[in-house]
Amino acid sequence: MNAMTQNWVVVGALEDIPRLGARCIENGETKIAVFRTADDRVFALEDKCPHKNGPLSQGIVHDGCVTCPLHNWVISLETGAAQGADEGAAVSYPVKLDGDKVLLCL
Amino acid sequence: MTKKQKLVVIGNGMAPGRMLEHLFEKAPDAYDVTIFNAEPRVNYDRIMLSPVLSGEKSFEDIIIHGDGWYIEHGVMLYKGHKVVDIDRKAKTVTSEHGEVATYDKLVIATGSAPFIIPVPGHDLPGVLTYRDLDDVDAMLLAAQARGKAVVIGGGLLGLEAAAGLKERGMDVTVIHLMPTLMERQLDPAAGYLLEQELERRGIKIITKASTKRICGETRVESIELEDGTVIPATLVVMAVGIRPNGALAKDAGLSVNRGIVVSDSMQTSDPDVFSLGECVELNGNVYGLVAPLYQMAEVAACHLSGDADKRFVETSTATKLKVTGINLYSAGDFAEAEDREEIVLRDATAGIYKRLVLKDNKIIGTVLYGDTADGPWFFDMLKKETDVSEMRESLIFGQAYQGGAALDPSAAVAALPDDAEICGCNGVCKGAITSAIKAKGLTGLDDVRAHTKASASCGTCTGLVEQLLGLTLGDAYNPSAVAAMCSCTDLSHADVRRLIKAKELKTIPAVMQELEWKTSCGCAKCRPALNYYLVCDWPDEYADDYQSRFINERVHANIQKDGTYSVVPRMWGGMTSSTELRAIADVVDKFDIPAVKVTGGQRIDMLGIKKEDLPAVWKDLGEAGFVSGQAYAKGLRTVKTCVGTNWCRFGTQDSTGLGIKLEKFMWGSWTPAKLKMAVSGCPRNCAEATCKDIGIICVDSGFEIHFAGAAGLDIKGTEILGSVGSEEEVMVHVVALAQMYREQGWYLERIYKWAKRIGLDEIRKQIMDDPKMRQSYYERFVFSQKFAQVDPWSERVSGKDKHEFKLMATLLPEAAE
Ligand code: SRM
Ligand SMILES: Cc1cc2nc3c(=O)[nH]c(=O)nc-3n(C[C@H](O)[C@H](O)[C@H](O)COP(=O)(O)OP(=O)(O)OC[C@H]3O[C@@H](n4cnc5c(N)ncnc54)[C@H](O)[C@@H]3O)c2cc1C
Ligand code: SF4
Ligand code: FES
Repeated sequence: MNAMTQNWVVVGALEDIPRLGARCIENGETKIAVFRTADDRVFALEDKCPHKNGPLSQGIVHDGCVTCPLHNWVISLETGAAQGADEGAAVSYPVKLDGDKVLLCL
Repeated sequence: MTKKQKLVVIGNGMAPGRMLEHLFEKAPDAYDVTIFNAEPRVNYDRIMLSPVLSGEKSFEDIIIHGDGWYIEHGVMLYKGHKVVDIDRKAKTVTSEHGEVATYDKLVIATGSAPFIIPVPGHDLPGVLTYRDLDDVDAMLLAAQARGKAVVIGGGLLGLEAAAGLKERGMDVTVIHLMPTLMERQLDPAAGYLLEQELERRGIKIITKASTKRICGETRVESIELEDGTVIPATLVVMAVGIRPNGALAKDAGLSVNRGIVVSDSMQTSDPDVFSLGECVELNGNVYGLVAPLYQMAEVAACHLSGDADKRFVETSTATKLKVTGINLYSAGDFAEAEDREEIVLRDATAGIYKRLVLKDNKIIGTVLYGDTADGPWFFDMLKKETDVSEMRESLIFGQAYQGGAALDPSAAVAALPDDAEICGCNGVCKGAITSAIKAKGLTGLDDVRAHTKASASCGTCTGLVEQLLGLTLGDAYNPSAVAAMCSCTDLSHADVRRLIKAKELKTIPAVMQELEWKTSCGCAKCRPALNYYLVCDWPDEYADDYQSRFINERVHANIQKDGTYSVVPRMWGGMTSSTELRAIADVVDKFDIPAVKVTGGQRIDMLGIKKEDLPAVWKDLGEAGFVSGQAYAKGLRTVKTCVGTNWCRFGTQDSTGLGIKLEKFMWGSWTPAKLKMAVSGCPRNCAEATCKDIGIICVDSGFEIHFAGAAGLDIKGTEILGSVGSEEEVMVHVVALAQMYREQGWYLERIYKWAKRIGLDEIRKQIMDDPKMRQSYYERFVFSQKFAQVDPWSERVSGKDKHEFKLMATLLPEAAE
């Protein structure tokens, strides 16, 4: 672990994100989607589907996955990996909750 | 490295397609392959044309090798190139478009051509044969105008064509020369049962009828029989037999009798020229079913890849008719004769007839009607020449009955030996299927089809394959999963809809809990469906679950491939004004909207809007009086109209006004799948009402209400619901119909599919003939509209879901450092 490169940034509060939904964060050129599951866990993925760059933040969230709105690939929130027969992965970012605050590691 | 040889194939039907599969497996690098095909398309499952005709499948569903397959195997396929010359000296073939290809080895697989009875009028427009997709397309086109069809020939093909045309709404008569139907495959008793069943379905059958001539001036109008009967017809389909296509081979000097003469290694009289499929003659026989052709394919592939031992061996094949709901099976020789005995079982109430023909205590033929489950068992004994004297007494009751075992259908399959043939088309035996299931970990029908080809051709052995899956996998196989809503539950849409009502389930978590969902919060398939069912069933109590909606319905705009959105405001009945157009123009300028397009639904689409801009766009549009066009909704979309009596010299009613009324009354309602409507002012039908989910055709005397049309993935003309006299009645009937569909349709099931499932007559009965029923549907729709007609745009402009349109945070680039 290299503490130097770890940079935890507060990006908002848990309430800002709807359950089974997502909100986006712009980090320079990159758009990052922060998801909240039914049991209040949070995950962050680059808002870009490994298939054809669909905005994952706009998908339906279910059981630790999000279904991409463009062509229905199912992406794991935890790893960013496409599920089933599809291959590829979205970039995933570490996130954690500190009380109500959502912190993203960039 | 040896140079690849050149293989040229003439014809791209099922036989050479299968041959190339074997060849690429055995010797992937042996040949550069070039195919010429007179049909302008890839290789498809010809035997599934009937389901395409009846609407159960689309052409895409029956493609065997898509374009990608040819690319992958480096095959040059000339589509729409008929070969007109073979020069065996120069070893070249030439197509009618002048394309020349050189070969080291040539395969002729020209199939066969339908036989046309040369009666007067056989060449009139409207007289078709039944062989390829073009024939199906031509039949579908003819069927759109409804009208009367006459099918000449009551064999397999003729009856499949008749059933398909009936399904497509035509009035169908079958004319058959012989006294009973399918006399080559069925004995008279079974032929009679079949005839009765078809007549019950509304298909008229005339047997012992010989066609004298086909009449008509510029196209077919009727057909006349030898006995003087005249039958009106707008379409005549000849399905009286096939002739092997041998002319090309004959011109090239090859030996041709009825078909192209080949040895049992598929070699013609020229050692470099092979032939296979329906075009060949082998030991004096010609063939018309795929099972023997697939065997030829394997033999030819072996010889082409250097294995010269493989020989074609004659085996008998069983026949089935692919008309949904009719079960018949026949195999072997079932003619009566002195030295034969027969065992017959009839059950008139159940519509069952079974007959076995025995000779020297062996089964030599069987005909089964109604219950065909034991067909493969009898056929297996027939092929193995099993001595049946031991079980004679109970033989006809089937395999499950032997030894007094319970009558469990899967017991019969379990008892079949490993080498019993399950899939006749592809020659796949039981052992091959069960070992593939075990070795490759297959779990469903599609897997088995992909790995073994069993049930992948005509599909009639699907039930047997499913039973094998069940037997091999035990509880791990769940056949009803095919019909389940999604992998989160074993329940079907029908079960779920029923249970939501019965158990009064009013939230998604309640449904998932009570109906024992297997996942914690469903998936992208079931959640939108449940959300719809609950919205529909409890309009006043259920709170729409926003996170269970597809993004388009969540933000009330259509997501585009680049993540931007498009916005389509309602233009009631397709009418607009300078004020509206000006407002749109202003919005386009203000938000720098990159594209504006007139849609296929008589309104305007603004495309390429950034998500963040959506609320502001709606605000401006809302101020100009627009509401969302719901161009994204599983709900009411457009009501297209024509100008009607307002302007048109042919208009009979105010079609524009009626369309606007309907749209204003029904907008905002959610439906199982999209609902599109149209009103045309006269039967010229400029609003295209006869391909809509619900359409109205105005006539002098009132209004014809149509429904169950489609013009998307499927194309289907509407059915007539009935006629009414006033606009008020149109409103009540249309609204009641929409509500019936809302209450019964499965999520994503368009009205035409629902209608097919429920039955047109049932719908007419409830909506047209039962005023009380109609009124109660109407009232439930009106009640639910109280909660549905809220413009989603103005709601969001006033702040609803505002988080949806804003970033949670914008980090400066430095923050990452
Ligand atoms: C905009 C429009 C094309 C155009 O530029 O004209 C259009 C655009 C789309 N159509 Fe369509 N259809 C449009 C008229 C039609 C029509 C013509 C008509 O309505 O008269 C049809 C055939 C009629 C029919 O539905 O039977 C049509 C049959 C389809 C289908 C096939 C539906 C089916 O059940 O077979 C789909 C796919 C689906 O719904 O799953 C589809 C899906 C789509 C989607 C929503 C694709 C998608 O899922 O993203 C497209 C959205 C583009 C966008 O964001 O705007 N669109 N689409 C038309 C909008 C009409 C409107 O004003 O609301
Ligand atoms: C509606 C229908 C239902 C059927 N149902 C069944 C069934 O249930 N079970 C069953 O076993 N069988 C069934 N059959 C029969 C089965 O489809 C055929 O036996 C099989 O398709 C024949 O394959 P083939 O490759 O020999 O010829 P085809 O599939 O006929 O292919 C021949 C191809 O060669 C092309 N061609 C011809 N001449 C030339 C030329 N000079 N140059 C280039 N190309 C040429 C033709 O355009 C055609 O595409 C059915 C047939 C039809 C039409
Ligand atoms: S036909 Fe419809 S779905 Fe297909 S590309 Fe055009 S707009 Fe999109
Ligand atoms: S872009 Fe995500 S599935 Fe295609």
